[in-house]
Amino acid sequence: MENVTINSDLLELDNIFDKLDFLLSEYDYNPKLVMQLKLAVEEIFTNICNYAYDDKDGMVVLSLETNPSPLSITIKFEDHGSYFNPLDISNPDTNLTAEEREIGGLGIFLVKKNVDEIQYENIDGKNVLTIKKHLI
Amino acid sequence: MNCFIMILLIKNLIMFITYGVYFMEIKKVQDEKKLTVLLEGKLDTNTAPELDEELKTSLDGIEDLIFDFNDLQYISSSGLRVLLATQKTMNKQGAMKIINVNDFIMEVFDATGFIDVMDIE
Repeated sequence: MENVTINSDLLELDNIFDKLDFLLSEYDYNPKLVMQLKLAVEEIFTNICNYAYDDKDGMVVLSLETNPSPLSITIKFEDHGSYFNPLDISNPDTNLTAEEREIGGLGIFLVKKNVDEIQYENIDGKNVLTIKKHLI
Repeated sequence: MNCFIMILLIKNLIMFITYGVYFMEIKKVQDEKKLTVLLEGKLDTNTAPELDEELKTSLDGIEDLIFDFNDLQYISSSGLRVLLATQKTMNKQGAMKIINVNDFIMEVFDATGFIDVMDIE
């Protein structure tokens, strides 16, 4: 299990990906599944950066845990910003035309589509979002 | 004014040195009313604004817009948003299509219904 505390700054995203790559480097994984994982991580982190702390910066604690057999990873995102349960957001209507489609709403939808498990808890006023994904 | 430009240049240089490998390359090939935009790298939350800026000034008079994703590895919702906004613009002035899409990006387009809203090959 590895804990990382970072600033809610979108430029930190590549640092998170580097950490992930390093953590997974000793394992055989399906590269496409890892790419899907990174997509989910990006969407979650982007939401936290854009919404959790209004216009201020705040800290985000990530914990990453790999489970070796079969290979899966559990990632927990913890922030102490305003209450935000991404699972409350309804899915976009994917049947609408380009004109009818809303520009937003896609981030969480992509998270749900690309992880195996997702769970939200509010603990002591902190938003705690946990995702799990198999990587084989 | 010069000071400001210098700071901007230095900032960009530092960004490039630090994040160089993560930047996205945008190449444009224009043939009268047809514009081909070739993307290389990743279209994510940090690079999508760059594409958005680039397209703002490039679409005037264009009736045929082609995105070539041959060297694009990855896309996230920020990228999808820029593409959707561009599709809405092109719907008024011509046509848009996206070619040479890899498996991962195709799945994202499929899951989000973009595959039905855009011309994707």
